Amino acid sequence: MDLERGVSKFAYSVVAVVLALLVGAVLIWASGYDVKEAYSNLFTGAFGGVYSLATTIVMSTPLLFTGLSVAFAFQCGLFNVGAEGQLYVGALTSAVVALALGWLPPVLRVGIALLAGAGAGALLGFVPGYLKAKLGAHEVITTIMLNYVATFLTTFLVKTYFKDPGPVDQTVLLPMGSRLPELIRGTRVSLGIVLGIVAVALLNHVMRRSVLGYEIQVVGQNPHAAEYGGVNVSARTVQAMMISGAVAGLAGSVEVMGTLYRFIPYFSPGYGFTGIAVAVIAGQNLWAVIPAAILFGALQSGGQTMQLFAGIPMELMTMVQGLVILFVAAPTLGRLLFGLKMRVREGGGRK
Amino acid sequence: MYAIRMENITKRFGNVVANDNVSFAAAPGEIHCLLGENGAGKSTLMRILFGLYRQDSGSIYINDNPVTISGPRDAISLGIGMVHQHFMLAEQLTVTENIVAGCEPRKNGLLDYEKARQDILEVSERYGLRVDPDAKVEDISVGQQQRVEIIKALMRGAEVLILDEPTAVLTPPEVSELFTVMRALSESGTTIIFITHKLKETMEISHSVTVLRDGKKVGTVSTEDATPESLVEMMVGRSLPVHDDCRMPPREAIALELKDISVSGRKGSRARLDNVNLDVRFGEILGIAGVDGNGQLELEEVVCGLRRPSKGRIIMSGQDLTGLDTRRIRDKGVAYIPSDRLRRGMVGSLSLSRNSVLGMHHHSYFSQRGVLLEDIIEKHAEEIIKKYDVRAESVHQPMGSLSGGNQQKMVVGRELTRPHSVVIACQPTRGLDVGAAYYIREQILDSRNKGKAVLLISAELDEILELSDRIAIIYEGQVVDVRPTGQFTERELGLLMTGERNGV
Amino acid sequence: MSEFIDVVFNINNVTATIRMAVPIALAAMGGAFSERSGVVNIGLEGMMLTGAFCGVFGCQITGNPWLGVLFAIIGGGLVGAIHAVLTVGLKADHVVTGVGINILSSGTTTWLMQVIWKRKGTSDLVRGLGTWSVPGLRDVPILGTILGTHSPLVYICFLLIILGWVLMFKTPLGLRIRMTGEHPEAADTVGINVNAIRYFCVILSGSLAGLGGAYLSLAQLNWFSKDMSAGRGYMALAACIFGGWNPLKGLGASFLFSFTDAIQMRMQTSKMRIATELVQMIPYVLTILILAGAVVRSRPPQALGEHYESGHVSK
Repeated sequence: MDLERGVSKFAYSVVAVVLALLVGAVLIWASGYDVKEAYSNLFTGAFGGVYSLATTIVMSTPLLFTGLSVAFAFQCGLFNVGAEGQLYVGALTSAVVALALGWLPPVLRVGIALLAGAGAGALLGFVPGYLKAKLGAHEVITTIMLNYVATFLTTFLVKTYFKDPGPVDQTVLLPMGSRLPELIRGTRVSLGIVLGIVAVALLNHVMRRSVLGYEIQVVGQNPHAAEYGGVNVSARTVQAMMISGAVAGLAGSVEVMGTLYRFIPYFSPGYGFTGIAVAVIAGQNLWAVIPAAILFGALQSGGQTMQLFAGIPMELMTMVQGLVILFVAAPTLGRLLFGLKMRVREGGGRK
Repeated sequence: MYAIRMENITKRFGNVVANDNVSFAAAPGEIHCLLGENGAGKSTLMRILFGLYRQDSGSIYINDNPVTISGPRDAISLGIGMVHQHFMLAEQLTVTENIVAGCEPRKNGLLDYEKARQDILEVSERYGLRVDPDAKVEDISVGQQQRVEIIKALMRGAEVLILDEPTAVLTPPEVSELFTVMRALSESGTTIIFITHKLKETMEISHSVTVLRDGKKVGTVSTEDATPESLVEMMVGRSLPVHDDCRMPPREAIALELKDISVSGRKGSRARLDNVNLDVRFGEILGIAGVDGNGQLELEEVVCGLRRPSKGRIIMSGQDLTGLDTRRIRDKGVAYIPSDRLRRGMVGSLSLSRNSVLGMHHHSYFSQRGVLLEDIIEKHAEEIIKKYDVRAESVHQPMGSLSGGNQQKMVVGRELTRPHSVVIACQPTRGLDVGAAYYIREQILDSRNKGKAVLLISAELDEILELSDRIAIIYEGQVVDVRPTGQFTERELGLLMTGERNGV
Repeated sequence: MSEFIDVVFNINNVTATIRMAVPIALAAMGGAFSERSGVVNIGLEGMMLTGAFCGVFGCQITGNPWLGVLFAIIGGGLVGAIHAVLTVGLKADHVVTGVGINILSSGTTTWLMQVIWKRKGTSDLVRGLGTWSVPGLRDVPILGTILGTHSPLVYICFLLIILGWVLMFKTPLGLRIRMTGEHPEAADTVGINVNAIRYFCVILSGSLAGLGGAYLSLAQLNWFSKDMSAGRGYMALAACIFGGWNPLKGLGASFLFSFTDAIQMRMQTSKMRIATELVQMIPYVLTILILAGAVVRSRPPQALGEHYESGHVSK
């Protein structure tokens, strides 16, 4: 019975995406572009050939992490809009640590750098978590503000302390031993995607099997019952935000160490925000983050091609994301279409 | 001519018949009491009159004209006003703002505060309803809030005023004040319908009384002709079979002790709990009898660590547990069946399996090194389902998909199967059918016979009488009397529960 | 050090503080109306951005910046209407909808920039609103510098805030709005149309935020650039909360933000050797601090974030 509901919820999410794309088609037509040309480019850009598929995977990788980050926070009734900032601090920390540990063997180097990136993200997640738990400060605003802070801070740190001598504000290129290994020769598909899937599996395991996951879920679904059950609601709130932050930090780490091979300020085309769309579609099911991330990665990849060959601005994909969120967020719409009650974010008692 | 006539009103909620062919009438200017226990159907009947519910069958007449009331606005336009038990007041707004919202006096397009204040003060003076027009509702006493609600109704032209358990939250001097107001209103022609379970007040203030029991009307009498005893007999009615069980006598050792427990109320209002002293021995059931709203919720929360008392101590088997958090108190061996199952006792969207270990999930039996032992948890859930005859298809289905009765069985089952020495059972059979209720009571008795101490809080007198070794009556936050069950007659209990202390 | 004093304690900062507060203060008032009626509005950022865009667009096609302002008000109101339909009509989660609206607005405005002006960074230059000088006032020492000459939207903003305050606290409509946000069930019982009030307030909040956006693109600058609202919509929400959902106090709170904004801009062009990024962070850090402190002090409308259906309340 659970599986049934899970499938139909996901189906509804996919319908939302299709609807959003339809609206997109209308916009394309209204702006004077060729819809067929646009969407066929979109499709080939996403799936038509090895290079396209590789690009899709490369773009899906950070989304896997940011989507997981936001989805995990949802489990605790929290809305982490700060994945963008968390990924920046994770990215810079990993780059710096990897460069500093040049004397360690590659496996250790990469491992520690990843952990450091996750740690930085966790630290950034701690602030809104704590403010919410102790003061009731709305995490949406605090995380958004921290996005700006993190972006500026990392840019400043690169310019001042970690700059590659030269005209561009960026770090030194990571040497071979400091990178995530390539999975497919000649593309930038790195081990990152595998790590992402592992992360999903891990957090899923935590949610399903561990006491921590259980308590987080109870806090998210019914904080009063959590109190009754002896759960420390404050502590779990902070921990959930820290874990969420750590995963988003890894998004940055993996991007820097697997694809870019250096930290460049403002490198993210909004992975943190797209992650929200990913999480919203995935709903309560963490495994669903994987197909959702690939879906949006495909849209990004296809969007690039669409822009290149059909002249249609990539922002169409941003608009599609926004529309998807809006369509999925309206439970009554879901009920009208499917007789379902959609709950994106649990925890009615947590404002 | 009657101001209000309700004829043959029937209202069902699912399988429950809240009002069963009830007829009732009140004359103009009369103070008419609707008397009955919890669940008798009094509130439902009046909510139908005020338009919050629609009757399944039956008719309503205002001044002998048949009317249809489809919502509160209809009721208000017909001259009916209602002061609810839970006030409909915006706490952050002032008294004046709350009263005039929706029918504001205007001057040049702006709100005429001055006129509003004057109008309010005029009504206030006429009937003796003391209010401070400029105070914020959250800062005034409960008594004053009630007066605000009354003025609200009067200023909208209410000729019939329904008061739902108005004295439940008032101090004695506030009650006197309210009665003075009611008499003034009655004299000027306002019909007042007064819902209550308190006998003393019924006798003091009303002209006539209609008694409801189990959804049916038992009778209407003029207050002059009634006595407290005759009313209680109508309210409680049937004689109960004594529960036939062979009980072992309670042990000597005291399991749970409450010393001077107090919980303060809001500013200017009565304390929620006032110097409560209780003790429960091993192998005994202490029943707390009382009508809902007299401090039971606060008592339950304090004992289980969900609320801190402003004063007093909780001692279990000699250990002072005051101030400890819920987890630690419960780990000492306290099984807690909460009165609000949906809010406290379960997480509807999680599975039966998950719910079956809520509160004990951290014990080494159910989790090792932070990992839940799924198989054991499932088995645990299955055992509860079997033992308590819970109608469920699988342990994986969400608890919210069960019927209320089955949910309660799961909760009770969960609590009584955990290792415990003390049971706090609050409204344990609320919402259960006769068979399920019987079974639960059996389990509680069983716990007792195995030597556990049971604190039973229930609004159902039957249950208290059936199960308790000793009974304590709680009224307005105080423990009024504690005696072994055999020393109470049902009538005495009824009287004490409704505040009547004299001549008992 | 003297450089620091010169940068911070400069009379021009006060002038800049006043005018840069306009978008934040207007959006904050919008937020106050929306939330006082019970609807959380995280989408102020998107509504402001849309307003900024519509302002430039309207100005370009009509040639008249004032018509551009009108376009901005309508554009912001439309986005507000989307939020209203989703949250009030379809019972969507207020916060998720707000975030979705912001993402949608960002994408849509950038897309339209490409479609209309063939580039994604900035739009064409348009005619700005110019400035007004208050005769007599501008010659008064000190006060004249601060208040004498400003873009017309500054004066309009002050006027609107006063009107908004009057509406909120002195009119029957304002009372009904507040009642709806505090206790929708009580409001319903006394005949107030809860849904209508909420629709009105949310659309109003969109228009006000849109007007604030028009200030950015028609007064402060003369063009629209990608994501030019730069988080001011969120600052507006923080200002709204810090100001206790009161338009006048929200204006005061907005000054806090615009002051840091003004200083930050000054620092960038001064000879002070502080990195631009660190200085740019200041308004955002301030928002967090304010939020942390504000929540302890003020109480939101009691029914904020809850859905209401005649008969019962749900979340």
